[in-house]
Amino acid sequence: MAPRDWFARGNDLPGAPGLRALVVSEDEWREAALDLAAAGGRLVALWASPENDAPRVHAALLAEHKGIVLTLSMADPAAPFPGIEDLFPAAARMQRAITDLSGLRSTGPDTRPWLRHTAWPQGYRPLVDPPRVAAPAEAAIDVYDFVRVEGEGVHEIAVGPVHAGTIEPGHFRFSVVGEKVLRLEERLGYVHKGIEQRFTQLPILEAHRLAARVSGDSAVAFSWAYCQALEGISSCEIPRRAAWLRALYLELERMANHLGDLGALGNDAGFAFGLMQFGRLKEQLLRATQDALGERYLMEAIVPGGTRYDLTRPNLLSLGRCVREIEHEARTLRTIYDEHAGVRDRFTGAGTVTAELAARLGLTGLAGRASGQAFDLRSDLPCEPYSQFSVKKIVHNEGDVAARVAVRFDELEESCRLIQRILGALPEGPHRTQVRVPADGTFGAGLIEGWRGPVCVALEAGPSGTIRRCHAHDPSWQNWPVLEHAIIGNIVPDFPLINKSFNLSYSGHDS
Amino acid sequence: MLKTLRQIASIGIVSEPPPPADDSLRIQAGLQDEIRTVLGRALCIRHIDAGSCNGCELEIQALNCPHYNLEGLGIRFVASPRHADLLLVTGPVSRNMEAALRRTYAATPDPKLVVALGDCGCTGGIFGESYASLGRVSNVIPVDVAVPGCPPSPTRILQGILAAITHGAHAQHSTNPPSG
Repeated sequence: MAPRDWFARGNDLPGAPGLRALVVSEDEWREAALDLAAAGGRLVALWASPENDAPRVHAALLAEHKGIVLTLSMADPAAPFPGIEDLFPAAARMQRAITDLSGLRSTGPDTRPWLRHTAWPQGYRPLVDPPRVAAPAEAAIDVYDFVRVEGEGVHEIAVGPVHAGTIEPGHFRFSVVGEKVLRLEERLGYVHKGIEQRFTQLPILEAHRLAARVSGDSAVAFSWAYCQALEGISSCEIPRRAAWLRALYLELERMANHLGDLGALGNDAGFAFGLMQFGRLKEQLLRATQDALGERYLMEAIVPGGTRYDLTRPNLLSLGRCVREIEHEARTLRTIYDEHAGVRDRFTGAGTVTAELAARLGLTGLAGRASGQAFDLRSDLPCEPYSQFSVKKIVHNEGDVAARVAVRFDELEESCRLIQRILGALPEGPHRTQVRVPADGTFGAGLIEGWRGPVCVALEAGPSGTIRRCHAHDPSWQNWPVLEHAIIGNIVPDFPLINKSFNLSYSGHDS
Repeated sequence: MLKTLRQIASIGIVSEPPPPADDSLRIQAGLQDEIRTVLGRALCIRHIDAGSCNGCELEIQALNCPHYNLEGLGIRFVASPRHADLLLVTGPVSRNMEAALRRTYAATPDPKLVVALGDCGCTGGIFGESYASLGRVSNVIPVDVAVPGCPPSPTRILQGILAAITHGAHAQHSTNPPSG
């Protein structure tokens, strides 16, 4: 069947616009995934709702400007569910995570644990069994079965989990000959904090605060996606001003992260000037955000029913001035980066992911757009107010560090344009409305293009204002495996630069 | 090159004076005079993310921007715990990071200081204690100073770091700790 036939069979799903929901049998599960993959579809998220009596597996997929959440009701919880890692390679780790958190197995060939190191015993299923708190104790040493590369002159370099810079923890195992990387294998899960179990212990009207902390650098994207799902199942229509303010916050978050990355990338290429200049611009933006909205990072800004903060006229004007100044300065700095031979030399051709490879592996978001993957929720599946903005989709095809830098520069400029557009025509009226507790068993999903890529939050309400299940998905799940390919054939000293050019979230992935 | 120099010259120096230490953030009673005698005001910091959402990391990175002029104060971040005087620890401690945190602490030479950062580092924050989270940093290693905030601003972080290293007498004179 064509994707549109699958969409036609489903029902509207509350939350993000353009989403459908369809319950499928085991055969249809594979068939639908196959049809959507053949039509160039993308896997957004894969998760399980592992209730003892009737476990379900869900896949959120996008194709042809529409989205669908497939739900597979498992007849026999002990039998493995059909994996889709052959169709969407990014599914492999998601399936392993499902096994770690819920005990459900897939038919995927890689059966190594992924999120579970030695922190909890194999028999404990965090999403099924009652919550437990284990006492701190010297944890057993984690042994992981890395793939060995053999041959003359091959040796391994083990890096992490504690890294040399101010970044998050993870382990990288390089197999190298001389300086050249033959293979990189990642081991993640170090910052797994049990967020999905934690969601079920929080009131549904307050858990947006936890969503904001799935990945702190994407607080706006996650809290918006959570609220979008919640407002969908509560049949709550937020005021127009609230939607516009949320878009303002999201673009401010995008700007702050892009500014930070552009500085760090210059620094990793040996150009400390870039770190200082972009660090200064980012600090200016954070201070302006603090002055206008009361927070440097908008961790608390989005609440169910709207936004926590409104924007006064004087604050609106000063924020607009700050953004205009940064736009102007960033343009000057771009010409300096472009004309700097040393920087060009390090950026160009480093960590290349071809468009063909990106499509096959499902590279998404910012990194995807640097490898020819022309997909951006803000223009492909836009929610209010993006549906009125005709957001310019930034696409480059080279797939190297230089392309990921160029996407950031272009998106920075587009965010500045969008912010001026929002500030210039911000609808009057309230910025928040009441949200009712959703009915037990209702299910919805939010979908927001964060600065890194599409953020998805699926939410199922429990009785009297509780959460039965909440899955928060970071696009880093899709992109971490691709980094392993991007580094092949590059030299070890270029890894920090290449890694930074993706700047993936450990916390969002491990959650 | 000319453009780079012109940019540097036109921006000038944006560094600001440091905030005073905030000794109210101290939680370890025993003042480690020994450290201050040995270090003076040259301090090497090793950052450890023990389970953070990465919000605190953003503000630690902001400390390295020119406004805060960290190196001008004699403070710098180092790549190995073996080079460090102070560990700056973020996050609720995830069980998957417990061993790494203990080992990093053990690898840091004595005398050493520990600053726990953020609401999660201070109390476990919104994540609390669970099958996967051990909560506050002091549940796993000894902590000298705890800086709350979600995330704490660079100014607050700096005040916490300075509280860990400046003399206790300083606190008695500074009756009005600035808000950050």
